[in-house]
Amino acid sequence: MNNLSTSKPLSYWSAFKSIFIREIKLAWQKPTQLVQPVVFFLIVVTLFPLGISPAPKTLQMIGPGVIWIAAILAIMLVVERLFRQDYQEGTIEAWLLSTVPMSLLVGAKLLAAWFISCSVLVLITPVLALLMNIETHVIPALMLSLLVGTPILLFVGAIGNALTVGLNQGGVLLSLLVLPLYIPVLIFATSLIEAATLNMSYTGQMSILISMLLVSCFFAPVAIAAALKNTVN
Amino acid sequence: MWKWLHPYAKAETTYKLCYRLLPYFSWLAVITLVSGSIWGLFYAPSDYQQGDSFRIIYFHVPTAIWSMGAYTSMAICGLIGIVWQIRNAELAVYAIAPVGAAFTFLALISGAIWGKPMWGAWWVWDARLTSELILLFLYLGVIALYNSFEDKRTAARASSILAIVGVINVPIIHYSVEWWNTLHQGASITKLDKPSISPDMLWPLLLNISGFLFVLAALVCLRLANQILINDARRPWVKAMVSEKTNKAEQSKNKATLADKE
Amino acid sequence: MHFNSISEALAMGGYGPYVWSTVGIVIAVLLFLIIHSMTAKKRTLTMLRLEQERADKIALAKQSNDDYQSKPNHN
Repeated sequence: MNNLSTSKPLSYWSAFKSIFIREIKLAWQKPTQLVQPVVFFLIVVTLFPLGISPAPKTLQMIGPGVIWIAAILAIMLVVERLFRQDYQEGTIEAWLLSTVPMSLLVGAKLLAAWFISCSVLVLITPVLALLMNIETHVIPALMLSLLVGTPILLFVGAIGNALTVGLNQGGVLLSLLVLPLYIPVLIFATSLIEAATLNMSYTGQMSILISMLLVSCFFAPVAIAAALKNTVN
Repeated sequence: MWKWLHPYAKAETTYKLCYRLLPYFSWLAVITLVSGSIWGLFYAPSDYQQGDSFRIIYFHVPTAIWSMGAYTSMAICGLIGIVWQIRNAELAVYAIAPVGAAFTFLALISGAIWGKPMWGAWWVWDARLTSELILLFLYLGVIALYNSFEDKRTAARASSILAIVGVINVPIIHYSVEWWNTLHQGASITKLDKPSISPDMLWPLLLNISGFLFVLAALVCLRLANQILINDARRPWVKAMVSEKTNKAEQSKNKATLADKE
Repeated sequence: MHFNSISEALAMGGYGPYVWSTVGIVIAVLLFLIIHSMTAKKRTLTMLRLEQERADKIALAKQSNDDYQSKPNHN
């Protein structure tokens, strides 16, 4: 009791850090959730050569788009269950009671989620690029575009999940809400890769993607906090 | 200004205001739409390149303009509702959404029908048509989200948040699609972009643009009044309306039985 | 008038089907929206009335049930 009343108010940084570490630990306890999106990513990419054509020229042409669409679908899987457990266990109510702004806590959660589920997607893209017959000099551009693009997808998707977490619905509603918002990212990312394939400079597309990342970093946690508050109340 | 605005935060006042404004909007809509459409369809000169098929412009452009205008105003209502906690503004979000979605649908259909004689295909991945299609998805998202919640209060707030998130994306989507389009297609389809339009063609277009705005306003008035009614179902003024209706129904029933006896 | 006859106006210089189908679809969708919006109030009031009646019935049933149970003995 005494301990509680005399303890210093929680600093923003320590709150951020503790949520980040908690998320990483939780993910470590359930590695299946970690692996699932990656396997899904691999399988979706594998379907395209089988469905369209295994000709190297065709694969080269559709490769970047296919990898990006597969990444979007894999992230939809991640996003779908992002806040579900927190909602069911009452963690979100605890966040609401905290003295720290909720958007900051949400930011920590999102950052951890990116490291847990999306960084692996970026890391295995070279393998997929080889499967899709993408030239080696394009692979760094592909990885860069995913490095900048996947957090945008995760943040925007998290808004959708925060809005629908109170509903006992599958991912159909979520994809209706979120996929249209993914279109600009898809367009700029694939055109970045196309520019790289033609040995052209892709700083323009890169800076657009980075500015979208900054905008989503700034706005998404606020929107998510508002949506979660609405769901819990 | 706040003193003037404050009474409209009260549901009943807004409800009455909706019905007071409705006749003005309706009559303006009828006058402008009928005159604009007849002028555009029968009296305006035909286009030297597209012949008479250009007359679709009198329906395509107004619906396209107000599909975007409706989305923007929907998001502004959502923002007002979330930031200042004004309930009526949140209700307006769902009053606008179906009308905006219908306008978007009309813009898409008329664009596709116009595209068939002009481009030789019903659907071309033209920048404007594509962003209009994405706008339709955004509208459907708002409507679907609203309808999935049992509790309409939560529903209104959630769809407000989604509308705000969407409106930040609308310009990004628009420019990205335009940019993507110039990347992938030749400049062969810019035929429709000629801004040099003769006044005889322009006047009916302006009439119809204002006409569709009045239609939008009238429909939103009607729908907002209905949303307020649903939201205030437990309030005395709505209960009074409901019981009045019950009494009327009973009276007519009694009259009918009396007539039978006679 | 730009056209010389009604049949010419209907033909729209060969684009008749396109122009008139657009007009038809616009009118149909607008009519649907207008009718749907105009009947909304009536639907809402009917819904609320039914809800009210059901609530009244439940209250009535509860009332009579309470009366029945509050009586000391039934024999």
